Amino acid sequence: MEQVELIDITKSYDKQKKVLNEISLSIEKGEFFVLVGPSGSGKSTLLRMIAGLEDITDGTLKINDKVVNHLPPKERNLSMVFQNYALYPHLTVEQNILFGLKAKKVSKVEQQERLRETAEMMGLSELLSRKPRELSGGQRQRVALARSVVSQAPLCLMDEPLSNLDAKLRANMRVEIRRLQKRLGLTMIYVTHDQVEAMTMGDRIMVLNDGIIQQIGKPITLYNEPANLFVASFIGSPKMNLGKAKFSTDYKQLIIEGVLPIEMDPLSVSERLKDVNLTVGIRAEHIFSGMEENATHYLEVVNVEHLGNETTLAFDIGTELWTAKWPGQWMINVGDKIPVRISVEHLCYFDSDSEELLKAATAGKSQEVVAI
Amino acid sequence: MSIASDLAVQNQDSMELVFKQVRKKQKIKSFIKGILFLSPSILLFSVFLFYPMLRTIYLSFFLTDASGSTTVFVGWQNYINLFTSPVFLKSMMSTFLFVLYTVPVTVIISLFLAVIANEKLKGVGFFRTIYSSSMGISVAAASVFWLYLFNPSMGFLNMIVEALGFEAIGWLTDPAWALVSISITTIWMNIGFTFLILLGGLQSIDSYLYESADIDGAGYFYKLRRITIPMLSPTLFFVITVTIINAFQTFGQIDILTQGGPANETNLIVYSIYREAFVNYQFGSASAQAVVLFILILLMTAIQFKFGERKVHYQ
Repeated sequence: MEQVELIDITKSYDKQKKVLNEISLSIEKGEFFVLVGPSGSGKSTLLRMIAGLEDITDGTLKINDKVVNHLPPKERNLSMVFQNYALYPHLTVEQNILFGLKAKKVSKVEQQERLRETAEMMGLSELLSRKPRELSGGQRQRVALARSVVSQAPLCLMDEPLSNLDAKLRANMRVEIRRLQKRLGLTMIYVTHDQVEAMTMGDRIMVLNDGIIQQIGKPITLYNEPANLFVASFIGSPKMNLGKAKFSTDYKQLIIEGVLPIEMDPLSVSERLKDVNLTVGIRAEHIFSGMEENATHYLEVVNVEHLGNETTLAFDIGTELWTAKWPGQWMINVGDKIPVRISVEHLCYFDSDSEELLKAATAGKSQEVVAI
Repeated sequence: MSIASDLAVQNQDSMELVFKQVRKKQKIKSFIKGILFLSPSILLFSVFLFYPMLRTIYLSFFLTDASGSTTVFVGWQNYINLFTSPVFLKSMMSTFLFVLYTVPVTVIISLFLAVIANEKLKGVGFFRTIYSSSMGISVAAASVFWLYLFNPSMGFLNMIVEALGFEAIGWLTDPAWALVSISITTIWMNIGFTFLILLGGLQSIDSYLYESADIDGAGYFYKLRRITIPMLSPTLFFVITVTIINAFQTFGQIDILTQGGPANETNLIVYSIYREAFVNYQFGSASAQAVVLFILILLMTAIQFKFGERKVHYQ
């Protein structure tokens, strides 16, 4: 069942440039939906429009199959967690959590019942009489979550809730939010600029840039088959290695950035690829280390990062900086020329002009899914 | 071996001594620096505040001649005279009544204006300007303007009163009305300032709080009661304190509108001090009144801080 449906939603201020341009999507009940994009892409605006905090310039917004364009936030039956938590500084944790219930005149008995339940769930039972300023960042975050849980609204909106936390806490809260959502069966719309958060939490992700939908899909789909160059470079860390490419005249070679030739089977080159300006992309983990016998290229290392469980290497390919990610620890120095293996089935092909995906990597997904 | 360790201990001791000396030197240096930074305000405060205050206290124990130089030391006599004088007691009474009339009304009206001027409406800037405009009008100009309004025969107020079928009111001449008239004038003059401060306070409340409350389903008055007023409490506290102090020190409008009359009804304490000193040339007794006023304001403010601050939520 569709919980939220957006049809051609558009936002512009003062009839000027459009901040959001004809956004259409539908979000299923119980789904964890992530809106991701760089700052200024309009993702927060979109969320605030769903919440009813911003006017919808054009288009239709449906919640539970009812048009809600004209309804104020309180009649949309949803809860929201803000980036800065929006806790009331003069109220205790308990009063903060109960604020909405009191406003809605829920009976005292039920208030206490829900408070106890929520506080237990969020591990706040000990902190109920504290003021927000006496709490740590993680605890404040929990109070904000509790406030949205206690409302028992079936739809929960979150606007970059983890961006004020340190990295370790953020990883913890990611898991906690995800578990909470599954446990309560909430429909979640989650805004973030952090693609790692998007990948790890979302059932589905929508990538937004400049107010235009770039791609909607499952995290793995976005990773394996990025619809365009923007998604390719935005999703994944390190980002996908990209480079301008040209076929040799006999189609036996694809030459990337004019310096990196890759052997091709001329028969596999489809007509589509032949008559456009090509950009190809390859994920960092698909530039394998080569043995003497199967190495396809020798590349000079310009940077090495040791992460303990894996080693990241950087190479100059023409004007681009490419990275390779190798599992394990490799004792390689900057300046070494090392053998690598790059094979054609890992390449994604994009049209340089329209930036659209022409052909996704053929090898990547099937192999790896089997491996797991 | 033992000599070596002795030497080491000695060495350590002498090092300790050097450290202490250096630390002391640094302390003195930073103290001098601090004094240097403070010196302009210390100087200004001394000349225009501390010296006059001490001088006032000193004068309050003396009788003086017309030029203000001391003649006879009378000890507490000036104070005793004050508290047995019906005129002064009346003046104290009027002052308290005046504070009571003006402060709550000023704060409530300007809070109301600030809340409505804080809404995001078209042309709200115009109203903000209007509401705060009385701040830009001098006491003298405002008083003259009100003098015309209060005029018993051709004043606008009496024209309204008569049009409504009532008898004309002697706004500034009727003892029952004079203090009220002065209060109305003062409220009108103070609204500009309090409005502006309160509006500033309202605007600094995080809009996220209201948005969150909107989603929670809070109504307008619920938000006003649970968010706006508590979040505004530091500003309200400041405004109330300042308004009270201002009310105690009211002078200009009285001098222009009533000169303390009728029947000393509007003879507020500062005006009374002025008359005692510069009309009656009783500098001693005027100084005693000034000291009483000073202690009064100090006490009021202290009480406010003691009881009011508990209810204030600083962020």
